[in-house]
Amino acid sequence: MYFRKAVYLLYFFSFFVLLACQGKEINGELYACPMECEGVKTYDHPGTCPVCKMDLMKVSNIESPVLAEGDVPDESIFNLTSIWTTQNDNPIHLADLKGDVLVVVMLYTSCEAACPRLVADMKNIKTNVNDSDVKYVLVSIDPLKDTPERFREYAKEQQLSGDQWVMLQGTVDDVREFSNVLSMKYKKISPIDFSHTNIISVFDKNGVLTYQQEGLGVSYDKITEEVIKQTK
Amino acid sequence: MHKMKFILTVLIFLSCALMGKSQDKTDLKPIKGGYVAPLYGLDSAKVWVDDFQLDEFAVTNAQFLAFVKKNPEWQRSKVKSLFADESYLKQWTGDVTLASAMKPNSPVTNVSWFAAKSYCAFEDKRLPSMDEWEYAALASETKENAINDSLFNQRIVESYELPNTYLNTIGSTYKNYWGVYDMHGLVWEWTSDFNSVLISGESRNDGSADRNLFCAGAAISANNLRDYASFMRYAFRGSIKANYSIQTLGFRCAK
Repeated sequence: MYFRKAVYLLYFFSFFVLLACQGKEINGELYACPMECEGVKTYDHPGTCPVCKMDLMKVSNIESPVLAEGDVPDESIFNLTSIWTTQNDNPIHLADLKGDVLVVVMLYTSCEAACPRLVADMKNIKTNVNDSDVKYVLVSIDPLKDTPERFREYAKEQQLSGDQWVMLQGTVDDVREFSNVLSMKYKKISPIDFSHTNIISVFDKNGVLTYQQEGLGVSYDKITEEVIKQTK
Repeated sequence: MHKMKFILTVLIFLSCALMGKSQDKTDLKPIKGGYVAPLYGLDSAKVWVDDFQLDEFAVTNAQFLAFVKKNPEWQRSKVKSLFADESYLKQWTGDVTLASAMKPNSPVTNVSWFAAKSYCAFEDKRLPSMDEWEYAALASETKENAINDSLFNQRIVESYELPNTYLNTIGSTYKNYWGVYDMHGLVWEWTSDFNSVLISGESRNDGSADRNLFCAGAAISANNLRDYASFMRYAFRGSIKANYSIQTLGFRCAK
């Protein structure tokens, strides 16, 4: 009899040990990968997606599945799973920009030396290209300060109106990853300033890098030509 | 019947213990925060590094093999070209096979920054920042900061001159003050913000008047010109890209 009780106790105990072993909690909510890497598979505990490593989201929080339509090329930036916030407070994946040619620059809005010239370049390229199937994307390297609200002010200051302008705030980690995709370098050198390389990148409609213009004061004829080529 | 349950229970215990064991995680060593003087930057002042933990050893071939088995998207034939160049794991004989000449406990090399970052995230760790790495690397066997120890610096420079050290096994050099092995003399190591070194690329071909702002003064602002070893490390970091997979470049994780 005692033996039996002991076994049951042990059994119970081992059950809890197993739970502790996995380090996961069970609370009745279902979780799924926001990228649907495993289709409709759900988990009964939070964690990370075994495929893309994103945090699992509560199923009740996932409103609409976020998926790139069809396959994207291996070298496409749409393979990045990071989530960004636009100047209009909308969360997006880069893959949501699929279908448009992208002209991308990384900068920070409080920068007084190089960034205004970069934005001026972007504006000039936009005027010269004059095509609505192109998105002009500003990614902040100072995501702690460049909030959607700050970006909206910045858009006013710089007269960047219309939905062709996309301004993105990401996490410090995701911004670093994105800079590495562009081979762009930056470093925080004081509480307010960054040193950084000045690169404007062109991506085709599948998110594949096709051209980069480096430096300031470069003629933007070549990059304009490249953007126009990609829209066709 | 009871016996069965008992055996089952014991089995559960055992498998649980084995699960913990088989993960073969590298121990994290606590590093107490302090100041480090980065080689470059407009701020010649020292940078404060908070307390953090750093892997005792660099990640090994065997550990990375286990990682790609669990994460097939990081296998050689499946990795996306956005995340690794064609040299990725190029010495391996297959997706999940090391070359016979490779030692399981040698540091893994030919891994891109993206792969290294993903490995650390999978281990619930992260890559150390450049400042953290440099701070931990200041320590000799006996001192937490050996920057003024000319013999130690001399030894580092000499160790950089040795060929093919990536073929050696982890723990084969020295254990520093923090209990961390092989910070110098085994492999170069990825850091999370390696691309914050602005001494190559545009800083050379940008002819604008704002040169100093973008190239951060380059070598002239090197804080400690005696420290050739760190000059080499920064120059190396400034010359690589995140998808590069280099034979002499590995990594370790931090937390």
